[in-house]
Amino acid sequence: MKKAKEGWKELEDGGRIIVAGNSVLYKTGDWRTNRPVWDESKCTQCMICWLTCPDSSIPAKDKKRIETDFDHCKGCGICAEVCPVKCIKMKPETDFQ
Amino acid sequence: MNTQELKKAQALSGAEAVAHAMRQIDPDVVPAYPITPQTDIMHAFAKFVSDGKVTGELICVESEHSAMSACVGASGAGARVMTATSANGLALMWEIVYIAASLRLPIVMSVVNRALSGPINIHCDHSDSMGCRDSGWMQMYAENNQEAYEQTIFSMKFAERAKIPIMTCMDGFITSHAVEPVILFDDAKVKAFIGDYRGDWPLLDVDKPVTMGPLDLFDYYFEHKRKQSEGIYLAKNIFNEVAEEFDRTFGTKIDVVEKYFFDDADTVIVAMSSTCGTAKVTIDKMRKEGKKVGLLKIRLFRPFPSWELRQILKGKKIVAVLDRSESFGAFGGPLFTEIRSAMYEEKGPKIVNYIFGLGGREIDAGMIERVFTEIDAYKTNEIKEYVKYLGVRG
Repeated sequence: MKKAKEGWKELEDGGRIIVAGNSVLYKTGDWRTNRPVWDESKCTQCMICWLTCPDSSIPAKDKKRIETDFDHCKGCGICAEVCPVKCIKMKPETDFQ
Repeated sequence: MNTQELKKAQALSGAEAVAHAMRQIDPDVVPAYPITPQTDIMHAFAKFVSDGKVTGELICVESEHSAMSACVGASGAGARVMTATSANGLALMWEIVYIAASLRLPIVMSVVNRALSGPINIHCDHSDSMGCRDSGWMQMYAENNQEAYEQTIFSMKFAERAKIPIMTCMDGFITSHAVEPVILFDDAKVKAFIGDYRGDWPLLDVDKPVTMGPLDLFDYYFEHKRKQSEGIYLAKNIFNEVAEEFDRTFGTKIDVVEKYFFDDADTVIVAMSSTCGTAKVTIDKMRKEGKKVGLLKIRLFRPFPSWELRQILKGKKIVAVLDRSESFGAFGGPLFTEIRSAMYEEKGPKIVNYIFGLGGREIDAGMIERVFTEIDAYKTNEIKEYVKYLGVRG
């Protein structure tokens, strides 16, 4: 079960957030209307998408990009735009429901 | 002031007196933009900066919106911050005024009260700061130059302890430009009273990272506002603590209200700022004629001392509340509606409202006497009009 949200007496004054690095807790994946579909077989691992993703939603492992983090990807499409070999295609989320 | 005290006094305008308070406080950052009649404060303070009498940074910004933005940035970084403004300058700050309060940044701003446009007018009324009464800032009003000076020093400590910004208000020109004898406290005493300041979560403390002003939607905004409301409500207790320390240090009492020939008076005027001086002169004259008239001066308007006023005013027969600003379309001026609301559960007194002095319109002893005479008749006569306009041509 999800923890109940704090009451007003438990909150910091002024709406301050005093815990660093917590943006990962805020899942923005459901904002997405188009999903980047990555074709790994065509990918050259140039890492331009990893570099340009504004939400750091393309994780890397052992110097290679892996599948998009769909909990945080907002579907902006920059990765598809910058990909030099066009191995990322934006597809409507409705195709996946 | 007695003769002995007068020897220690200096001839200073209200604006100069406040600039001296700022010199003694020596805030880290003062972002400011000129506007009549506030300009005299920053004019005098800028001299202190140029003469090396202060160590803080005076930032000459390009607008009041920027002035308040710089105040928020500096205060958020952990600095002690002061500024000053008037009327349309305050109006231009509006957006950031609310943000300063909601972030709980203890900025001290001298508001030299001036009428808001339009038509354009540079003279005194309270429409500027009264428009800010829901902004979350605390507000105090000074009657004369000495009070404006003392209130500035008091406000710094009060704001920092309450963690809420404060507007310390005085009447434009009437107080800011008139020269009166002012007794300045010893510099070292002021420094000791104010003490050092360090915010709870300064942005510049990299070992204690903090986010200020994040997006706050339907799931948390309401709770944060509720907490802000509690903060300013509890500030009343902090006011009393700081007032006690102020009295101990300087031998000067600052109270939420001041009573003048009040306790045995059955006909009472409630007012703020310089008009209280005029009312006192009038009361002196009428008392000599055997009339039981008195004054209740409100110093602290936000947080509003509702409970205290209820206790103070409940035995009175008739009260006239003098408002130096109009609240268009409301049932009377801001001070009147607050006081009527505070007194609702009590059987008495009868309370009426006079809107006066808009745009610097003269208020003199004769007018105050007319108010006393007029409301005295309400003890027996029916009140036909609760909200009246004093000193306007019919």
